[in-house]
Amino acid sequence: MNAVYILWLRELKRYIRSRVQIIASLGQPVLYLLALGFGLGPVFQRAGAGSYVQFIAPGVVGMSILFMCVFSGISILWDRQFGFLKETLVAPVPRMSIMLGRTLGSATVATIQGLLVFIVCLIAGFRPHSWTAFPQAFIFMAMVAITFAALGTAFGSIIKDMQGFPIIMNFMVLPMFFLSGALYPLSHLPAVLTLITRIDPLTYGIDGLRGALIGTWHFSFAVDVAVMSGIAVVFLSLGAYLFSKIQL
Amino acid sequence: MIRAENLVKTFGDFTAVSGISFDVRQGEIFAFLGPNGAGKTTTIKMLTTLLKPTSGTIELDGLNPTHHQKEARRRFGIVFQDPSLDNEQTAYENMELHGILYHVPRKVRTERIETLLKIFELWDRRDDYVKQFSGGMKRRLEIARGFLHTPKILFLDEPTLGLDPQSRNQLWTHVKRLNETEKTTVFLTTHYMDEADRVAHRIAIIDHGKLIAQGTSAELKESTNSDSLENAFLALTGESLRDESASSAEGMRQMARMWRR
Repeated sequence: MNAVYILWLRELKRYIRSRVQIIASLGQPVLYLLALGFGLGPVFQRAGAGSYVQFIAPGVVGMSILFMCVFSGISILWDRQFGFLKETLVAPVPRMSIMLGRTLGSATVATIQGLLVFIVCLIAGFRPHSWTAFPQAFIFMAMVAITFAALGTAFGSIIKDMQGFPIIMNFMVLPMFFLSGALYPLSHLPAVLTLITRIDPLTYGIDGLRGALIGTWHFSFAVDVAVMSGIAVVFLSLGAYLFSKIQL
Repeated sequence: MIRAENLVKTFGDFTAVSGISFDVRQGEIFAFLGPNGAGKTTTIKMLTTLLKPTSGTIELDGLNPTHHQKEARRRFGIVFQDPSLDNEQTAYENMELHGILYHVPRKVRTERIETLLKIFELWDRRDDYVKQFSGGMKRRLEIARGFLHTPKILFLDEPTLGLDPQSRNQLWTHVKRLNETEKTTVFLTTHYMDEADRVAHRIAIIDHGKLIAQGTSAELKESTNSDSLENAFLALTGESLRDESASSAEGMRQMARMWRR
C-alpha cells in the first residue's frame, strides 16, 4: 500500500515541479477552444445548435485529460531509458502495486490538468447550466482519467523506444479524440461514423462530461457511467497485464 | 550465501550462460570477471530475479529466487551497470522512495538515510535534484541506496564504470567498510583488475558463458604463472578482442518480441 502511495506521490511531484510543461500543455486545448469554438461558432449557431463554445468546452476538457494520461503513460519509456524502472521492478513489492501507483498518479495529474482547462474555459466564456452539476462533471473527469491512464500504462509497457510514440499518437490517441463526439454532435452522423463513435470509449466520457455541464445528453447519465466503469475495468486489467509482462 | 548450480540461460539459439556453478560464502566479497559479452550481466540478472534461468538452480540465503521472489528481493541490494536513479527527485527523496519500496520502517529509514548519506558524503547535497549530480555522486548515491535496507547480499554490476580514480578509490573504501561492519556479502563485476585484486576475497572468471577459473587472486596468479591479476586474466581469456554483438542481438530480440505481440 505504501508502495502505491509513494509512486503516486512521485507522479504528482513531477507534475507540480514542471511548471513550464503545465503551461505548455494548456496551449493545445486553448487553441481548440478559441480557434474552433469561436471560428466555427457562427456556422454552428446558424445550424440552430446553439453556442459552439458551450458545446466544445467539455470536449476540450476531455481531450486534455486524454492527452495528459497518454503522455504520463509514455513516461514509463523514459523511466526505462533512464533506468529508474529497474529500481522499482526489482523491489520486493508486487508489480500490481507499482502499476497501480503509477496509473493512479497519472490519473490524478490528468484530473488536475482537466480542472485547469475547465477554468480556462470559464475565462473564455463557458458557463455550466448549473453549478450544482459540477460534482457530477468531476466524477466523469476522474473516470476518463483513470480509464485512459490505464491505457497509457498499457501503451508505455509495450513500446520500447520513442519511434513507437507517433504510431500510438496517430493511430490510437488522435482517432480516439476526433471520433469521440468531442467536436461535433453525435446525432445525424453517417452510419459508419455512428458505429465508430459508439465503439470509441472516449465518446461516453465526453458525453457524460457534456451532459453534466450543459445538460444535454446523447445517451444518459446511467449509460455513460456504466459504460465508462466497464471500460475502466477492461483497461486497468489490460494495463496491469502488460505491465506485469515487462522484461528488462 | 549465493549458490548457483549448472545455471543456463539461452536466448533463442544463443547461449549467454552455459552451465556455471559457484558458491559465495557469507560475508565474502566475490568478484565475477570476464570480457564483454561473457555473460556477467545475464548472470546477475538471473541472480536478482530479473531473468528466469533456462535451467539450473539458484539459492540466495537458502531461498530459490524463482519461487520466493519477494522474500529473495528483500535480502539483496543491487547497483546496476547503468544508472537507475530518478533524476527528477532529490537525493533524499530517492533514498526515501527506496526505503518505502523495501518496507524499511519510518524510524529506521530516517536514521539510516542520514547515516548512509553522511558516509557517502552526500548529506550536504541531499536536497539537490539528482540531475544536477556528477557521475561519481550518482554512483555513490546508488550504492548508498543499495545499502539502505540492510541487505544480506549486495550486487554491484560494474559500479566504477566511468569514474575517476578518486571516486573509485573512495567507493571501494566504503564498500569494504560496510562489508566489514555489516557483514554484507558482496558480489561484484568489474573490468578493472586492480580493483578486484584489492577488494575481492575470491574471484571467478567467466568467458563465453562458462566459468574458466575460480579462486583467490594469489591462486589465479600462481596457476597461470603471472605477476599480476591482469596478466592472469589475459592468460585465461586470451588476447582477442570481443565484439559487442551480444548487445545489438539483444536489441533485435526486443524488436522481434515487440512485433510478435
